[in-house]
Amino acid sequence: MTEFLTAISAGTGNGAVYALLALGFVIIYKSMQVISFAQPAFMMAGAVLVSYLAPKVGFVGAVILGTISIAVVALIVERVAVRPMVGKATFVIAIITIGIDIVVRVVTGAFIGVDPLVLGDPWGLEVVKVGGVNVEERHLAAFLVAGVVVGLLLLFFRYTSLGLAMRAAALDQEAAMAQGVNVGTVFAVSWGLAGGLAAIAGVFAAAGDPITNNFWIIGLAALPVIILGGLDSFGGAIVGGLVIGIAESVVASYHSVWFPFLDKNIGTLVPFLLMFAVLLVRPYGLFGTKEVERV
Amino acid sequence: MTVSPVARSRRSRPLRGRPELYTSYRQDMALLNTRGKRVSVLLMVLVAAVLPMLLTDEFLTIAATGMVFAIGAIGLNLLTGYAGQVSLGHAFFVGVGAYTAAYLSGDPDGRYLGLGVDNVLIWLPAAGLVAAATGFLVAPIATRLRGLYLAVVTLGLVFIGEYVFSEWRELSGGGGIGREAATPILFGNNLARDGASYTEEQKLYWLFLVTLIVLAVLARNLARSKIGRAFAAVRDRDVAAGVMGVELSRYKLIAFTVSSFYAGVCGALMFVGVGQFGPTQFGLLMSIQFIAMVLIGGVATISGSIMGAMLIAALPRISSELPALFSFISTAPNEHPNIFEIEQVTYGVLIVAFLLFEPRGLFGIWWRARTYWKSFPFSY
Repeated sequence: MTEFLTAISAGTGNGAVYALLALGFVIIYKSMQVISFAQPAFMMAGAVLVSYLAPKVGFVGAVILGTISIAVVALIVERVAVRPMVGKATFVIAIITIGIDIVVRVVTGAFIGVDPLVLGDPWGLEVVKVGGVNVEERHLAAFLVAGVVVGLLLLFFRYTSLGLAMRAAALDQEAAMAQGVNVGTVFAVSWGLAGGLAAIAGVFAAAGDPITNNFWIIGLAALPVIILGGLDSFGGAIVGGLVIGIAESVVASYHSVWFPFLDKNIGTLVPFLLMFAVLLVRPYGLFGTKEVERV
Repeated sequence: MTVSPVARSRRSRPLRGRPELYTSYRQDMALLNTRGKRVSVLLMVLVAAVLPMLLTDEFLTIAATGMVFAIGAIGLNLLTGYAGQVSLGHAFFVGVGAYTAAYLSGDPDGRYLGLGVDNVLIWLPAAGLVAAATGFLVAPIATRLRGLYLAVVTLGLVFIGEYVFSEWRELSGGGGIGREAATPILFGNNLARDGASYTEEQKLYWLFLVTLIVLAVLARNLARSKIGRAFAAVRDRDVAAGVMGVELSRYKLIAFTVSSFYAGVCGALMFVGVGQFGPTQFGLLMSIQFIAMVLIGGVATISGSIMGAMLIAALPRISSELPALFSFISTAPNEHPNIFEIEQVTYGVLIVAFLLFEPRGLFGIWWRARTYWKSFPFSY
């Protein structure tokens, strides 16, 4: 039972990371109807940047600076490579983001170097006891910070005029434009937000373990999350993130019991297998709206 | 008005001196509908056939790799370019083909699974067919989905495939080591060994060339048939196509199956020259390479796929020349920036640049050059 609860706690931490990443995907999707495959690269760039900044300005300062810088990078990328393509087929834009992903990822990879790069976070692998269960501090922190970030996002969308503009543009782009919403700003802000979220997610995904060149794969696991939750659903991103995080971590910790014949841990596959299972039943995810199209 | 016998006859000949005038539907739809095309294609095939006599083995290997890539790129172009179904899972089907071929031709008493059937004429079609069957099995899930959902699902396929390949040790040899590739025996002649009169590179080049020509002509014919027109309708507006009576799931199924066949053949041939391959090679990067070939070459063009594949195949060679030109680029993998990073970044940059500035790819550049010279000195 303790093992199970430990797995759940780790899964909640990872799930919070997935939820943050998925929120970035959803924000971009809602504003542009495009999946940005560049999110994993931004996540990795965020983690690497923070690990470089942490010794100089302290960890918290590094996280704040790193998040802002990655948001700015995402803004620039949107302006240079994505904005000219607005109005083209969505898959063309999606493939452009794949190209961006490769470029950002390789440039970031060059800064990782030969020695393992550590984040410089205060948690490491420390644990706290919560009701007899060892909960790793990094997972607790991830969950709490994700909660705060989600709360801030909700407040932003609810109470600021820019948030209102973004919701309006997501609902109906043309109508929003007719009401004076600057859709270009909405695109820019959504990319900036997604970049920032990816950087925060990267920090918590990297906490405890050294950053390697394959770090971005974690970011790809957020794609099944958004498919599971539905591409255009905030709630879906959070629920999907937690579900996939917990499922992955439970399967990973019971791997040797359930699948003794498999050497490589099957946990990494769980997000994708879950996605297949859900799509067979609900092609638009758990909370996604069904696409209605006019010919 | 009487219809001239020329227009009525099914095997009408084009009029002399009027290359743009078609007098029958058949002429218009012909594969090589102008004399210029007939002559240049013939010349190109001839040049390609004698190239092994002229080039050094190093460049021959690049050209051969390019031709194998081209087979896979044509397959992806049929699915993504013609039928409009974005697939990030091409590498998975390439892997299925590669392992089928290696399994069939492998040594029955060797370390890994094998049947000892090393005749190219058997394992090459078989690899394509097994991959096609896999595509057929996956297609029902994929045809329920559209656009970006499909892209993500096929991405999942790559991860699952990579896991299965590296876990199935008896077949693949496992993560780091890999297994030997298929042995190409044709008419008792091992094409992957230097022979008395021709080297390994030359023989493999001819094998790949013949395969590519056959498959390219098949794809071109498919694209101009009823199926090809249905693909285009599905791509341009699937709802509208469905309303007009194009059975969506059927044509998506066909697109997936045919595309997987090409991927399988490509995979079977891909490692024949190198002789060894491991399961990690069929990752996301390979899928992206194929997408890059299609986009750089030209969406929904067969000749474009071949051009794009040649460029991608030549990239490692091109980037290995860079340190001589720019002293800050290193050849050592532990220094930055090194040629391997430059090569990968180039994929990304090429994809973005072509989509932004030349959406029709290399084929589009060729098209514009051709139109310019066709109407020279008039610019319109």
